[in-house]
Amino acid sequence: MSLTEALQVGPAAKLAVEGVTKTFPLKRETVRALENVSLSVGEGEFVCLVGPSGCGKSTLLNIVAGLESPNAGTVRSDGKAVEGPGRDRMMMFQEPALFPWLDVFGNVLFSLSLKPGLTDQERHEVAAFYLELVGLTRFQHASIHELSGGMKQRVALARALAPNPRVLLMDEPFAALDALTREQLYGDLQRIWAARRKTILFVTHNVREAACLGDRVVLFSPNPGRITHEFRVDLPRPRDINSVALAEYATQITSALKGRSAGEVSE
Amino acid sequence: MKNLASRVLFPILFFAGLIALWHYLVASRVWSPVLLPDPAEVWRYLAQATPELASATWVTMKRLLLGYFVGIAIGLPVGLLTARFIALRNSVGVLALGLQTLPSVCWVPLALVWFGQTEGAMLFVVVMGTVWSVILAAENGVRSVPPIYARAARTMGSKGLHTWLKVILPASLPFIVSGMKQGWAFAWRSLMAAEIYVTILTGFGLGHLLHYGRELNAMEQVLGVMLVIVAIGLAADKILFAPWERFLHRRWGTGKEE
Repeated sequence: MSLTEALQVGPAAKLAVEGVTKTFPLKRETVRALENVSLSVGEGEFVCLVGPSGCGKSTLLNIVAGLESPNAGTVRSDGKAVEGPGRDRMMMFQEPALFPWLDVFGNVLFSLSLKPGLTDQERHEVAAFYLELVGLTRFQHASIHELSGGMKQRVALARALAPNPRVLLMDEPFAALDALTREQLYGDLQRIWAARRKTILFVTHNVREAACLGDRVVLFSPNPGRITHEFRVDLPRPRDINSVALAEYATQITSALKGRSAGEVSE
Repeated sequence: MKNLASRVLFPILFFAGLIALWHYLVASRVWSPVLLPDPAEVWRYLAQATPELASATWVTMKRLLLGYFVGIAIGLPVGLLTARFIALRNSVGVLALGLQTLPSVCWVPLALVWFGQTEGAMLFVVVMGTVWSVILAAENGVRSVPPIYARAARTMGSKGLHTWLKVILPASLPFIVSGMKQGWAFAWRSLMAAEIYVTILTGFGLGHLLHYGRELNAMEQVLGVMLVIVAIGLAADKILFAPWERFLHRRWGTGKEE
């Protein structure tokens, strides 16, 4: 791994989820979080997974990340079966999960510290590059507690991007932010996704957010967790979350979501 | 200006007031000067006995630091292990919890019987004073680390020992530092108790000076040595712990910066 390789754009990876089943045994019953779920994601595609909580969408993300292993089925990243976490697939969580004992720069550096083939000098250059990309160069020596929620998620994004992964896995990363900050981040994420060419798998329960960000929106339903619908969002980018065309897509997706859960207890 | 007043002026007035009150009580003969000597007497003792005090301080500090660092060197890894393995938590952890409630001076009689009047007895008492609270603090610290830190680190390729050293250990630092501080306080108290109880020939510490001050009815010596002990406690806080605490406050955003 060299500096040019660490900073190069793309290539993104193809993801193939093949017949994945995951169950969690509880005391009284076994929760079927995912049942025979298959999904393929193209190179550089932005796919949003939407569904009510408990539908297994986060579990699927964890399996793709290699943090959990499925009971049946496989996940392939560029044809290679996923057997554990890897720097080709980096993850962002709802909480920023930044390390308070490190400053902003140290946090971004941490994800590079285990990446082989780079000198310390090069690691610093790479970290500085991604901090610049998320617009936080000015705050590189700040402590984590001094940042706003949106800034924390920007640092988390820079940290996830720093090892130059082919896939970015995002588990409701903006759910805890206020609407204005979120809108800014929608713009930034689309810009960075276009500039860095990543395959993104993005979990959310916000339909509008999914329509705004995704090339494709995949709907999940719970008990057992499986895929029920897929929508292709054919809107030019960058998209504005408040546009009328986007609202139409969102309405369509919402009614599909409601149709599925008709008769079930709504949240 | 306000800063200067509250930082410098008020503390000076406060301590000057205390000494003045002390002097006033002695001068007005509330107590006999044999029981409570004048501050000037104590000052004279401190000035005249400086070499003696310095060598006693040196002996005491050697014992304290050795025992303290042995206690940490044992307590920290054991605490991490008890946090990691449930079997250890239910055995060593319970033992540590029990023995930590034991006032550390209670180890002195046992140490005397086991080790006799030796440096070994001193070391044993200090280690026993330190080790249990360090074990508990490390265990508690590790168990309070949000699991998301380790998960995030795993996605970045960290595992095993790397995760422990680079994530779990620094994440539990606030607990570990307060545990080390508590361990220091216990070690210091137990060593003083041991030195007052036990006379040993290999070194004459501050506790011994205190003891002989009482035997000779030299209250200016007793008070002078007490002042030295207080000063060491304050210095340890400033030198050993204040830098860590400043770091914790800055990074974690806890407490107020001074």
